Amino acid sequence: MSEREMIRIEHLNKSFGDLHVLKDINLSVHESDVVCLVGASGSGKSTLLRCLNFLERKDNGNIFIQGDNIMPKTHDMNEVRQRVGMVFQHFNLFPHKTVIENIIEAPTVVRKVSKAEAIAEAKELLKKVGLEDKADVYPSKLSGGQKQRVAIARALAMKPDIMLFDEPTSALDPELVGEVLATMKELADEGMTMVVVTHEMGFAREVADWIVYMNEGQIIELDRPEEFFENPKEERTKEFLKTTALK
Amino acid sequence: MPSFSHFFDTLISSKGLFIDAMMVTLELTVVSILIGIIFGLFFALLKISRIKVLGYISNLYVFLVRGTPLIVQIFILYFGFSGIFLISDFWAAALALAFHNGAYIAEIFRGTIQSVDKGQMEAGRSLGMTRSTTIRRIILPQAFRRALPPLGNQFIIGLKDSSLAAFISMNELFNVATTLGSNNFDEMTYLLIVAVYYLVLVALLTLAVSLFEKKLAVSDR
Repeated sequence: MSEREMIRIEHLNKSFGDLHVLKDINLSVHESDVVCLVGASGSGKSTLLRCLNFLERKDNGNIFIQGDNIMPKTHDMNEVRQRVGMVFQHFNLFPHKTVIENIIEAPTVVRKVSKAEAIAEAKELLKKVGLEDKADVYPSKLSGGQKQRVAIARALAMKPDIMLFDEPTSALDPELVGEVLATMKELADEGMTMVVVTHEMGFAREVADWIVYMNEGQIIELDRPEEFFENPKEERTKEFLKTTALK
Repeated sequence: MPSFSHFFDTLISSKGLFIDAMMVTLELTVVSILIGIIFGLFFALLKISRIKVLGYISNLYVFLVRGTPLIVQIFILYFGFSGIFLISDFWAAALALAFHNGAYIAEIFRGTIQSVDKGQMEAGRSLGMTRSTTIRRIILPQAFRRALPPLGNQFIIGLKDSSLAAFISMNELFNVATTLGSNNFDEMTYLLIVAVYYLVLVALLTLAVSLFEKKLAVSDR
């Protein structure tokens, strides 16, 4: 395991109006780590993830990406976001573009890669997620699992150093969850640094290097998966695991 | 009421004048809608801008246009423009109609832009695209497509509204009908004839819009 720090969060706070959703969050993610954020809905885990690519503006605290203390005022957010890919719960594919157009959009427009090169890269990525035959299809013709795999390929096309996943399987029919998790596991095995908000405890247990349990805007427990599941230290973690054990 | 054969004979004998007038009506409508789309897009973009003052300007425009009768707007622009610089009757009418249509088209675009899921903007931003690039490449193409049915509707309204240009002496359909009617002491026949022209034009437009929508729907799949 590399010691290079990819993400460092210090004393992060975030409120929506009167609602204090993130309370003094501190967290460090190293290169090639897979960190799973778990917890009940409303615990702040999605907001934390969205702060990491600055779709949500932090109130105070510091967020370091690969050593840079990112300040929205002084940093080019668009450059930072190229280093931090994001996969959404509802895929958010561009419905007016075909699969391959979805994937080459940002490389050609933002990275200024030639169209031919972008297409070649996109085809490689489609092969990797097992959808090379869907290049010219519109997203509305895909299943949820296929859409999410395209979304993963689209994010990877920007060659990010970090990938964020916001409940990537929560909108999927149960039989389609597996194919998306398999793609994510493959990515983890290749050494991608990943932060994953998920309710899939099986995936967290098998793939994660670290589990972060959040409750009411705070990190309650941070542990290795085997410790977290077999030997949780906090009372609230035990309660949480009881409610998820049935699922 | 005129007899059917009289109506039919007059329809045939007057067709030269009416077809010329129809071309004026169509030109006026097409030009005013095209310019109206540019106005509309511009003011819709002001409205969704993060700079509040621009949104207020857009609100004011829509408020002024919706709050006053079209004929008043046409007269103000016609007499106003011709007082300031030389402008043909056609362009005075076309600009007045464009100004009017633009406000309704701005509201159409504002609605369809805002109807695009906010996840589309987030997806664009998460890939490193700027807000304006995401609006241009991701949001607007989807908003345009959704705007087509109401735009088609606005086109039809604009066609009929162009009859008010008769009052600034444009030789469009309605003006020709009333002039011929009073010259021949036969108003009703010519009004019924002009109604037929409008009906046919609206029917053709409706057909064209639905064909265009179907064509676009194909690439949606």
